[in-house]
Amino acid sequence: MSGWFLRMWGAPILLAILTIIGLLSALLGDGVWDALSAVVLGVPVLCCAWYGLRRKS
Amino acid sequence: MTPITVRRWAWIHKWSSLICTVFMLLLCVTGLPLIYHHEIDHLLGNGVEAPAMAAGTPKASLDDVIAAGNALYPGKKPMYISQEADEPNIWNLTLGDNPTDEGYKSIAVDARTAKVLAQPSFEGSLLGVMFHLHVDLYAGLWGKLFLGFMGLLLVIAIVSGVVLYAPFMRKLEFGEVRRERGPRVKWLDLHNMLGIVTLTWALVVGATGMINTWADLLLKYWQYTEMSEMIAPYKGLPPPTTLGSMQKALVNANAAEPGMKIGFVAFPGTPFASPHHYGVFMRGDQALTSRLYKPVLIDAQTSEVTESRDLPWYLTALLISQPLHFGDYGGGWMQFLWAVLDVATIFVLGSGVYLWLKRGVRASAPQQKGADIEAGERAAPAYATEGEAR
Repeated sequence: MSGWFLRMWGAPILLAILTIIGLLSALLGDGVWDALSAVVLGVPVLCCAWYGLRRKS
Repeated sequence: MTPITVRRWAWIHKWSSLICTVFMLLLCVTGLPLIYHHEIDHLLGNGVEAPAMAAGTPKASLDDVIAAGNALYPGKKPMYISQEADEPNIWNLTLGDNPTDEGYKSIAVDARTAKVLAQPSFEGSLLGVMFHLHVDLYAGLWGKLFLGFMGLLLVIAIVSGVVLYAPFMRKLEFGEVRRERGPRVKWLDLHNMLGIVTLTWALVVGATGMINTWADLLLKYWQYTEMSEMIAPYKGLPPPTTLGSMQKALVNANAAEPGMKIGFVAFPGTPFASPHHYGVFMRGDQALTSRLYKPVLIDAQTSEVTESRDLPWYLTALLISQPLHFGDYGGGWMQFLWAVLDVATIFVLGSGVYLWLKRGVRASAPQQKGADIEAGERAAPAYATEGEAR
């Protein structure tokens, strides 16, 4: 059960947490917090590009 | 989930998204230039720049700044004066025939010389058109509330999409896109992948956009409750005929709220003030507090502070939901990511429409053999719902 759950929802939950961290960190701080926000918000964007564009060899 | 539950959620997902999709596409397309409105303004030459002067050049009295506006538009009355957090050398002043004039004039005044720098025109400009199509469809409050309802449908579509994610992904790896199985399967997989990856961002931007459409109503409620409490002593008095010094009002407001800066000042009669007051809205200088305002009501005749109090929770929520919708609080990288995520959302919406248009394709070729997507032990029902799902 937990194996199935993690396989299905592990990545979506991780992306959700990263997005929330990204949205909040820039809101609550400046400077390094803006940078952190850009890095973690960049993860879902890179996922879109990676999974959307990759071709199986 | 039983097949019947899947079918119900699929119905919810289909109709909530079909109804709002056209408007969501419009919002995504018009939102894209709005992310870069500052940059576009500068590119088109509509940006206002304060000429360079020696650091420490003294500021002009705010009364002279307002007088410059009055000299330019003798028949009109000032409505708002404001300053951007990162441009202390420019005052933006709006003037209108009455305090709620929608055809107001907007001017930028040099904060040091009190000279009019520019008269940026927003209405009718490219960004002005984008703004109206994004915010109110040129239909005022009802346009806003309509788009807010579309935002609610989007939130429902996103939530139902998450519920449907598991039954549709049972036999797939995360992010798997089956390109070799024809365009419909490919776009189904892309829809699911982009949808689940951008889920949280889309949910936050959708929900905060919806909250923003209620701004007018929340503000009205605030006026009827807190504002009328604050101005109760003035009840029945005639509105002032001559206004007291704004410069003095500003000094008094700064003294009342040390450490805060002026965000904007509303003139008497506008929705952010009372008929008897200047509404001075102060903001902090930290990342979060610069987004939150504290109103200081100043008697418009004597320029003395009447009262200041914190905003109620619903206006605080509104103010926090604004940056989360605009994506303007984290610098250039955030703007860029906002734009890319916006484009990804356009793909999710577009692929959703495509899947709905092609919904018959699968049903007409039902006997594809082998391990099918949501096959497993319940191939048939899942199969049937899959065709309807989008």
